Amino acid sequence: MAQKTYAGITVDVNEEGYFTNPAQWTKEIAVEIAKEEGLVLTGQHFAIMDFLRNKFIGGEALSIRSINHSGVLDVKTFYQLFPGAPLKKATKIAGIPKPVSCI
Amino acid sequence: MKKLLILGAGTAGSIMSNKMRKCLSKNEWSITVVEREMKHYYQPGFLFIPFGYYRKKDIVKPESKFIPKGVDLVNAEIENIDSAQNRVTLKNGTSIIYDILIIATGTRISPEDTPGLKGELWQKSIFDFYTIEGAEALAKYFKTWQGGNLVINIADNPIKCPVAPLEFAFYSDEFFSAKGMRDKVNITYVTPLSGAFTKPKASKMLGSLLEQKNINLVSDFFIGEVDNTNKKILDFGGREVPFDCLVTIPLHVGDTVISKSGLGDEFGFVKADKQTLQSVISKNVFVIGDAGNYPSSKAGSVAHFQADILVHNILSFINDKPLTATFDGHSNCYIETGHGKGILIDFNYTTEPLPGVYPMPLVGPFALLKETRLNHLGKLLFKWIYWNILLKGRRLPVTDYMSMTGKIQN
Repeated sequence: MAQKTYAGITVDVNEEGYFTNPAQWTKEIAVEIAKEEGLVLTGQHFAIMDFLRNKFIGGEALSIRSINHSGVLDVKTFYQLFPGAPLKKATKIAGIPKPVSCI
Repeated sequence: MKKLLILGAGTAGSIMSNKMRKCLSKNEWSITVVEREMKHYYQPGFLFIPFGYYRKKDIVKPESKFIPKGVDLVNAEIENIDSAQNRVTLKNGTSIIYDILIIATGTRISPEDTPGLKGELWQKSIFDFYTIEGAEALAKYFKTWQGGNLVINIADNPIKCPVAPLEFAFYSDEFFSAKGMRDKVNITYVTPLSGAFTKPKASKMLGSLLEQKNINLVSDFFIGEVDNTNKKILDFGGREVPFDCLVTIPLHVGDTVISKSGLGDEFGFVKADKQTLQSVISKNVFVIGDAGNYPSSKAGSVAHFQADILVHNILSFINDKPLTATFDGHSNCYIETGHGKGILIDFNYTTEPLPGVYPMPLVGPFALLKETRLNHLGKLLFKWIYWNILLKGRRLPVTDYMSMTGKIQN
């Protein structure tokens, strides 16, 4: 198990840098991970990350299309906030595991 | 007399009606199954239709063959589920009061949810193969197609039988090679995932197979719309993939009645506990198979593995005992890779598909995560197993819980 230190706190991550223990996450940590990804976080980023964290903690599967039902923003905006692969980036910064497809 | 009501007679509903009839006394419990479609399709067979390997008649049987004596099969559409009153109302106006309800209404494709997908090119150069109509239309199209860009696109997960799109890509390679026109067909696999698969070991293996077969991979692509005029699919990040023939795996949703009855999540999948399979809305309502919002595969094998867990928990519930059986997310499937070979994968909520062997008396063991001829034969044999053993709730010589026997971890 790898570890990384963000904002002075050591956290457990997997080989791709995703949190293995979402309880170790804080907003300060998120700001630091976002920097690595070249992003500056805004209130909108945090709002959608809250949505993703709550869904994950509730045991639900995460998907991009669920963003349209978040009540926070739509998929288009999600792409603008986390360019490229938004769900991958957003979950990494939100301190939750990378969504696995339900193969 | 008490009533067990099962909604849906697909894979999950048929298995449950057989299993429950065996363990509930006929003097105490009546069992009713409601189903709108009286034809039962062997859904894994849809994949074979576009290539002419199977025809419709090879994969369909009357539903009534699989519902045992002592179970009433009602052919009707469901209007509403009222879990507060323990009542299901049918479109024909009748209603059924239940003591225990099993929801097995499955999932369906919803191409309407992607702008332009069901536009002017639908079933002209855009096809699905998740319905018999789509698969047959594509078979007809492929017969005379002269080649070009063949694009296979998954709109988003979850989808039924999550490996089917990959199998479709592998079969396309085989099919057009056999026709002597592989050089005229440029195959591109476009997925919202970051690779061929997300589970690392399987993704690596399947990704290299795509490469070997000269199939292009476009990953992290979440389709936003289809441009019918210019024959392109576009994602929200502004990327475009041109197509001459688009094979789409559209968004999947639960049955309309689930949302209408207020039982579902935003996509109409019933909210239920992923281990006990009990719904969150009412203790006497249980959910099996594709209808649930479980983070497991939407696949027949999952419904099969869930069935024994659910039988156990329903019997506990009837006897006022705690629900102790827990589903581990166990799933397995054969993946056809073309040219007479296949792969087998076996996994659950927490263990990714691993290499090794999968023990099975008489016919096995099958190699895991490796291309073999035996795995291809296993897939073909499975159709017989489905009709004769699985749907009828008979025992297969495999465990419900995923076993590490034969698997190699590193």
